Amino acid sequence: MAYINGIGIISPQNTLPGSDFLEPVVEHTSEFLKSIEPVYKSYIDPMASRRMSRLIKMGISSAKICVQDAGIEMPDAIITGTGLGSVEDTEKILGELSKEEKFLNPTPFIQSTYNTISSQIAINLKCHQYNSTYVHRCFSLESCLIDALLQIEEGTAVNVLAGGIDEMTLNHLSIIRRLGLWKREAIRNLDLWSSKVPGALAGEGAAYFIISEERTDKTYACLAAVETLYKPESTDKTAETVVRFISENGLKPEDVDLVLMGNNGNEEHDRICNDVIEHALPSASHMVYKHLCGEYHTVSGFALYLAANILRKQFIPSSLPCLPKSPGKLQNILIHNHFWNTDHSFILVRR
Amino acid sequence: MGNRVVITGYGIISSIGMNADEVLHSLMDGISGIGEITKFETIHKGKLPLAEVKRSNEELLELCCLKSKKKYSRTTLLGIVAARQATEMAGVKPGQSYRTGLVSANTVGGMDRTEDFYPLFLENLAKGKLSEVINHDCGDSTEKIAEYLGICDLTTTISTACSSSANSIMFGSELIKAGMLDRVIAGGTDAVTRFTLNGFNTLMILDKEGCCPFDENRAGLTIGEGSAFLVLESEELALKEGKKIVGLLSGYGNANDAYHQTASSPEGIGAGLAMAKAMEMSGIVPGNINYINVHGTGTQNNDLSEGMAVQKLFGEYVPPFSSTKSYTGHTLGAAGAIEAVISLLSIQHNCIFPNLRWTTPMKELYIRPVTTLLKDIMVEHVLSNSFGFGGNNSSLVLSKYNPR
Repeated sequence: MAYINGIGIISPQNTLPGSDFLEPVVEHTSEFLKSIEPVYKSYIDPMASRRMSRLIKMGISSAKICVQDAGIEMPDAIITGTGLGSVEDTEKILGELSKEEKFLNPTPFIQSTYNTISSQIAINLKCHQYNSTYVHRCFSLESCLIDALLQIEEGTAVNVLAGGIDEMTLNHLSIIRRLGLWKREAIRNLDLWSSKVPGALAGEGAAYFIISEERTDKTYACLAAVETLYKPESTDKTAETVVRFISENGLKPEDVDLVLMGNNGNEEHDRICNDVIEHALPSASHMVYKHLCGEYHTVSGFALYLAANILRKQFIPSSLPCLPKSPGKLQNILIHNHFWNTDHSFILVRR
Repeated sequence: MGNRVVITGYGIISSIGMNADEVLHSLMDGISGIGEITKFETIHKGKLPLAEVKRSNEELLELCCLKSKKKYSRTTLLGIVAARQATEMAGVKPGQSYRTGLVSANTVGGMDRTEDFYPLFLENLAKGKLSEVINHDCGDSTEKIAEYLGICDLTTTISTACSSSANSIMFGSELIKAGMLDRVIAGGTDAVTRFTLNGFNTLMILDKEGCCPFDENRAGLTIGEGSAFLVLESEELALKEGKKIVGLLSGYGNANDAYHQTASSPEGIGAGLAMAKAMEMSGIVPGNINYINVHGTGTQNNDLSEGMAVQKLFGEYVPPFSSTKSYTGHTLGAAGAIEAVISLLSIQHNCIFPNLRWTTPMKELYIRPVTTLLKDIMVEHVLSNSFGFGGNNSSLVLSKYNPR
């Protein structure tokens, strides 16, 4: 157990510093939900940022926003989760190599390395402490959070900077669309739940958190526990895991006030989300949120930002309707997500 | 002292052997795996050396008793071979009631297949075989290994460039110490890809003759491929099960150089911090280390920076050290685990393996690597260094197991 004492998030919604919690809601009508980026020179030396790709800039900026938000000088560890790292840089190299093997542009090669974000954050903050990067599909951010919790519990760190980041590109989208799981055409994001176009809606974003040992006046919420489940045999097994997970944290199913659902617009994917929660937590209110940020490997970062803010503000924005009704109290929130029913993750956030 | 983490099995596949026995013999006999390119398709054939695993993907599939080659990247196949050896040695079987996790590591996932996909795809976005690109992400190989071994508890992947699998061993140990898991199969795997080879070539840090770490005339690294995994268990469980314990993971440290994306600080700040942290956790002082398996890539920058950090930390009494990358090449995401296995072999067989191809001392350093096989030496504690781009520096201390 630890506390979320700072957040820095760059997302397709109004989440930059100074914005009102998701107000107004941002409508997207292009191929995927693209992040609203900050003015980078506020966070990165313009000389250095000139050569950086978008993902690296988003990563450094959101990390710096997070550290500023927490009001700390220096984190004791920096941990990043990313499903695909810098897709833009990887594509540049693959493009160059497609014609022939030759001397490449070194910058994209260096930036395509998955640990570039964590290490650029370290260089920017001059932080010599523990530094790592998890790269495991929709467990990428979850693994960071588990690592952060272990370090807090073991007492090896007081403040851990942990976050998840992924970007989408048109080329990458054209590949994943061919797999048949994603929407093959652009839709209006706010119509995601009524759209007749089948498949998931793609998105992107960066979200860093300061995970701390102590509750302070900066605390948003308590990060109680994180668990991952690989390849469950059945929906029943997944639901059992949910119940065991929350009971290990001293809660009964009826104590969970709200579930942030992993639905992304893909019918089969959403059916699994609904079945799991219906079996495990039949009385909890639930909400879907991916119409605001789209689907990507580290999307739980957006969900954790929502949960932390909902608990601190004791308020749910109008863009996130709850079903079947608004929760009577806001004490315990469960975030469930899954990656095509192979990787399921559960994050318990408490007031 | 809390729960100790012991090693009950290991597996390795590299250019110097298809398993630990073969690797040990090559190390003892001074046989390097670095040589002319034979399997890998590239224009650099005949010009740049590599440390290849001398088996085709078809042969690796057969070794794993797998049928379809479509679903597996070479990175995955290498990983399966090593992980299976490790679990067999430790007697880990699916269906046992212990919570068993898999923490793997790699640097480019299924890039070996993505780069086959890309040329056709770029000509026409509707072209290119999808089966070649679905293995692209780093998590894919880990999940295939987990599936092969029947592991369904915590499964994850780390990528911190050349220190990746040292970090997966560290994280595996943390999960056991915290009581989240009873045992973890931890390591890493990486195959040679055109992406990596041409990338490093662009940075002009590949030695055309094969790497000679810590030599004044070193000209860069040599890319290798391979995989290694350790089976980590809580000491309590290993004793209860009557397992043969092959070593103790007594300490580790992770620090960041925070200096430059691709260059190490001249004085090796991050390297020094990582080594010091590892020894501190191990409860030992520099004088207790019997052997340092250095990162020693053979690049101008690494060897100088690492050498300075070692000199600063160990002072006058630097223990015998060598870079076994002179045998295996630089196996990138697999290097930390491969060198952890080599460190265990050193402890088990009381010998220290030489740094091949070394002739001339570096003028900035007073230390010299071991250049002949040292036998019948009591090796109780080995410090194994893995330093990566981005200043991601990690060190492990592997120790002889003594019951408490």
